Amino acid sequence: MKRSKFLYKAVSVLFLIVGLGIVAVPIWYMVSTAFKPQTMVFEMPPQLWPIPSTLKNFVKAVTTDHFLLYFWNSVKVAFSATILTVLVSSMLAYAFARLTFPFKENLFYILLLGMMVPPVMLIIPQFIISHNLNLYNNLWGLILVYITMNISMQTFLLRGVFENVPRDLEEAAMIDGASPFTIFSQIILPLSGPGLAVVVINSFLYSWEEFTWANVNIADSANRTLPIGIALFQSEHLTEWGQVFSASLIALVPVIIIFLLFQRYFVQGISTTGIKG
Amino acid sequence: MSQTTRSEKKRNQILPAIIFLIPGFTLLFVFFLGPLLYSFRISFYQWNFAHPDRSVFVGLANYITQLTNPIFHRAILNTFAYTLITVSLKMVLGFFVALVLNQKIPARSFFRVAYYLPVITSWVIVSLLFMYMFSGMGGLVNYFLKDVLHVISKNIMWLADPILALIPVILVDIWKGVGWATVIFLSGLQSIPMELLEAAEVDGASPWQRLIKIILPLMRGTIVFLIVVLLLGGLNSYVPFQLITHGNPMDQTHSILTLMYRATFTRMDFGNGAAISYLLTLFVFALSIIQLKLLNKPIGE
Repeated sequence: MKRSKFLYKAVSVLFLIVGLGIVAVPIWYMVSTAFKPQTMVFEMPPQLWPIPSTLKNFVKAVTTDHFLLYFWNSVKVAFSATILTVLVSSMLAYAFARLTFPFKENLFYILLLGMMVPPVMLIIPQFIISHNLNLYNNLWGLILVYITMNISMQTFLLRGVFENVPRDLEEAAMIDGASPFTIFSQIILPLSGPGLAVVVINSFLYSWEEFTWANVNIADSANRTLPIGIALFQSEHLTEWGQVFSASLIALVPVIIIFLLFQRYFVQGISTTGIKG
Repeated sequence: MSQTTRSEKKRNQILPAIIFLIPGFTLLFVFFLGPLLYSFRISFYQWNFAHPDRSVFVGLANYITQLTNPIFHRAILNTFAYTLITVSLKMVLGFFVALVLNQKIPARSFFRVAYYLPVITSWVIVSLLFMYMFSGMGGLVNYFLKDVLHVISKNIMWLADPILALIPVILVDIWKGVGWATVIFLSGLQSIPMELLEAAEVDGASPWQRLIKIILPLMRGTIVFLIVVLLLGGLNSYVPFQLITHGNPMDQTHSILTLMYRATFTRMDFGNGAAISYLLTLFVFALSIIQLKLLNKPIGE
């Protein structure tokens, strides 16, 4: 019994290491290419670490086009969209989890509809509406659409989280005359940390990497976000792969920071959203 | 609590409810529901983007054009094949990784973070990366197949072949997606009471029996949720197709949405673009209703 258990664990670890290799190879190849001079990007056999290696790609990536501007645009868009998505969807989720109001069920179905409709199919009318509201070629056009596309799923997740907050505290507060706003901001939100962390990660990842809508809604290079900038690197510069991947690595830094900051809540947070069995 | 104060309490909730709902539903009406209906209308017109009032009503013509268009058929086939393959592999691999990661093994949290790395890497970046690895001349994959494994004798032009071009598109999705399925499975696994599994072990149930009789039935909700979300994601796939194949060669490797994008923004034919997106939505919608029915079924049925 003991021995078979040990064997089982050994096989498990081996399985994980093989998987780790599969995860690591493309990442290693991207990192090493970012440090290769252009003449070496297709050199085979690949070296574990390029010799000679160079920082030129990074310097070029940062100084070419408006890379830093794209980066700054992405920061503005992703941070605003994330904060607003957390705010708007937790307000919706609170209403659906705790308040009584007419047409509650119909409104909830409209919300669920948002999870079923493919976002890209809305692009045509969104493009027209964005023109009419003067949001075309404007970062707010990105932010507002990103929030909208995220609301349904995140509200759905948060409603599950809020429903699991014990009601005793709220009832006590209500007897003391607390308004729904006080309960929402003083009780529900502080007790839902891990669930909110999941929403932060989801919305930040989405708005940091969104490509399709940004590609449609932004015309001037001054308003481009990073995904568009990186995709253009690939097509504009006769594919200098070293430059493409050094730009990509820089683009990954904020994502990794956000992820590491919030990841310890992540698995815990997902299980509080109630999507489990 | 008496009847009057209770109904009073309910009435008191209406104003706060409106305030809580307004920001979200304003956005949903302007950028979601409005567009949804608007594009339905567009799909029946030969739409004139510059002068919408000069658009010509054409009835079902756009739909018929698409339904009889071999390129559209091919895009459907590509999208379905891609979805079927990627969803099933992500489910199976994600489940096994989660099972393994759910035990007490060395460096568990390191493995968790490492497996999640591809998930947080953006679609644009990983698509370009796989395109680069599958380069016809001297890409890493050709090198590996030719000079390390010796299974091919000359370089394969992956992106020049309508079938082979889909391989990097499929692989990138699996590579990027397994970690997410793993995390969802893990959270499901953690909701299974340990005592139940231990009791089964004491009673002499083999690991296989525990998997089939206890773990899988208790994870039904998680499994259905994952299938729903992954299927939707697969059918809506756009970026990897757009960046890796661009629909080439000869428009044989489109996904439904890259085809829609091309109709709309390359040819400025909004009517046909809207028709394509509605055809996809109809299908997704039917699928979602079936799945919601499955989701709402109480556990243990």
